[in-house]
Amino acid sequence: MNEELRQRIESMMKSSKVFLFMKGTPNEPQCGFSKRTVDTLRELKIKFDSFDVFSDEEIRQGIKEYANWPTIPQLYINGEFIGGCDIVEQLVRTGDLQRLAVQ
Amino acid sequence: MLSLEDIKIKIENGLPGANAVILDPRHDGKHLKAIVTYKGFQGKSLLEQHRMVNKTLEEAFKDSLHALAIETKVE
Repeated sequence: MNEELRQRIESMMKSSKVFLFMKGTPNEPQCGFSKRTVDTLRELKIKFDSFDVFSDEEIRQGIKEYANWPTIPQLYINGEFIGGCDIVEQLVRTGDLQRLAVQ
Repeated sequence: MLSLEDIKIKIENGLPGANAVILDPRHDGKHLKAIVTYKGFQGKSLLEQHRMVNKTLEEAFKDSLHALAIETKVE
């Protein structure tokens, strides 16, 4: 991956404590899994920033390579990759997501 | 297009001894669910477990697999 792309990705996911790469925007999600992840964060009143991967194909593919994760949405907390929709929902059930979001 | 059987085989080949149940809840062949039971998940974080499953389907994701809901169990 070229350095510029890497830096773009890194500066994005570090720009906010909780950062979500998603399809669409929080108010207009373009995919069911992205929507579920947004809903989950909102229900827990966790503040987050997001990026619409449909707006930038380079980022869309780059984050898959960067996180070594094949699908979107992708959630980062404190610059660390957490996972996609399934993992986020499971972490909510165990209370771990809430804990990570306040650390 | 990959069949549910293809996906089951890929996961079980990639994680010897694992049992994979593949579901197609929307009946669209694209949004699938895999329930994978594998002793090798023991002690691994959720993320690592999912990554292990993703790895077995690396080519499938590049190809036709669009979304896969993963549920992992140790036993």
